[in-house]
Amino acid sequence: MNITVCVKLIPNAEAQTRIDLQSMTLDRSEGLVLDDSDTYSVEMALQIVEAQGSGEVTVVSMAPRDGADGLRTALATGASNAVLVSDSALSGSDALSTAKVLAAVVRRVGADLVLCATESTDGYTGTVPSQLAELLGYPSVTFARRVEASADSVVVERQTEEGFDRVRCPIPVVISVTAGIVEPRYPTFRGIMRARSLPIDIVSLADLEIPEVGAGALGARQTVLAAVANEGRGAGVVEVDEGNAEERIVELLSEWKVI
Amino acid sequence: MIGPIWVVCEQRQGSPRPISLELVSAASQWSEEVCGIAYGESVSDGATVLGAHGLRRLFDLGDLGDALVGPRVASAISAAITSNGAPSALFIPATYDGRDIAGRLSAKLDLPLLTNVVGLSEQDGVLVSEHAIFGGTRTVTARFTNDADMSIFVIRPKSFEAKSAGGPAAEIGRLELPKPGPADAAQVIEHHVEERTGPSLDEASVVVSGGRGLGEPANYALVEQLATLLHGAPGATRAIVDAGWVPYAYQVGQTGKVVKPEVYLACGISGAIQHLAGMKNSRHIVAINKDPLAPIFQSSDFGVVGDVNKLLPRLIKALEARAR
Repeated sequence: MNITVCVKLIPNAEAQTRIDLQSMTLDRSEGLVLDDSDTYSVEMALQIVEAQGSGEVTVVSMAPRDGADGLRTALATGASNAVLVSDSALSGSDALSTAKVLAAVVRRVGADLVLCATESTDGYTGTVPSQLAELLGYPSVTFARRVEASADSVVVERQTEEGFDRVRCPIPVVISVTAGIVEPRYPTFRGIMRARSLPIDIVSLADLEIPEVGAGALGARQTVLAAVANEGRGAGVVEVDEGNAEERIVELLSEWKVI
Repeated sequence: MIGPIWVVCEQRQGSPRPISLELVSAASQWSEEVCGIAYGESVSDGATVLGAHGLRRLFDLGDLGDALVGPRVASAISAAITSNGAPSALFIPATYDGRDIAGRLSAKLDLPLLTNVVGLSEQDGVLVSEHAIFGGTRTVTARFTNDADMSIFVIRPKSFEAKSAGGPAAEIGRLELPKPGPADAAQVIEHHVEERTGPSLDEASVVVSGGRGLGEPANYALVEQLATLLHGAPGATRAIVDAGWVPYAYQVGQTGKVVKPEVYLACGISGAIQHLAGMKNSRHIVAINKDPLAPIFQSSDFGVVGDVNKLLPRLIKALEARAR
């Protein structure tokens, strides 16, 4: 089973996140890393391929060229191929434009299974998986908390408001996985060395035969009008627990009429 | 006033979910033609309460059987637009199914989405949306640039107040479901309802959440025990969800659920901005953390610097003694 994992390269959390007030976009100049949310889908893909004994994992992302390093993190844990869509015309893309690009890559590399995270840590729109599935004409199972794959279908536990649904679906299918469902492995030294030597396929919009018109910020057809700072909530009393802090908490809960 | 607004109304066995009433109440501020789209069993039973909140018509898609909601409902809305014309705006809840509907519909109609909306206002005859970023420390306002297109907003729960204005029951209409296509191939083989002793995270008046400071997964039991005692719901930070201690459904924060209880108890939570985004609008916040410099203390009404694993058992005991 060949699996394509769509990942996002996001600004390093340690770097100060800021908005570029000129373009009203997130400043991504501090270097890009693989979003932690994606480590679960990468791990899930590796486990499925290992269990089936055949197939390859391809990681795909859309980012500026310096995102290639972030993709090597996934290669170091065992992914076979990496595709980076990089094109200056893509700057300012919204979720739908991103999904169009990812769909073009999936068509190009082919996949029995497409895995995504439920949402990215920085943009968190959470709509790319279902947009991607619709563009590909595939079924999708989002918010997966367990995935069992066989040769021609998957059975997925999907998170619901009440609990979960067990869903059976033939392949190809797009699945978005929730965090924490598998334990992402750490790259080995050998893996890191191997990842350094693996090529990253860097493609442009022209390579994907996507017209520049309608891509990036213009294609987003939405505009940010302002970004204003909110007043913080004032800090209240802070006390050190001297072995009786529960008494004050009980008093407050009673004062607030919840007990 | 803007033109017609359609609202995807989630419901269960005839009871609209709170988010449906919130979205209908919001829509009726800007439109005199608010129409709902609902699916599942006994949709028409919700007509009275939805009507009271300002819904004019309720389109019933009927029971979806073993199909997943997203592609079915998106196809139905798309077909309704083809035959009846598009409304000015479509409000979709930012829930598990809502996000699927929105994504599918956006790709089907080639229309952009504004997601994670936490507020809306009318400016020059168009709706402008508000979004919380950087953990709610900043509010971004945004709008669509093509006024002629239908505006699709995916709105987070608790962004608007549900207000009953005492309107008449919504008129029931029927919408046909188009034939299933390849995108509908997924089949629900089993619904699993998790036993819940207390209220849901969305609706609880008390939320007790745990984070890394609990030290190990077994200590989360203290959070659950305290939540039960307070007739509240247990929640969690992203860190312990990522670590696999509790499922994603427990997650409170920017990714995850937004809660607005009367009291929020943060146990062993440092207060990363992503977490604050999901709970900072709680009426009262109590925080317990070992680290006196934890950012959560900047947002709490009452903070205790101490070991959560020592304090929670004492708090549980005190509450039990009080109940007797």
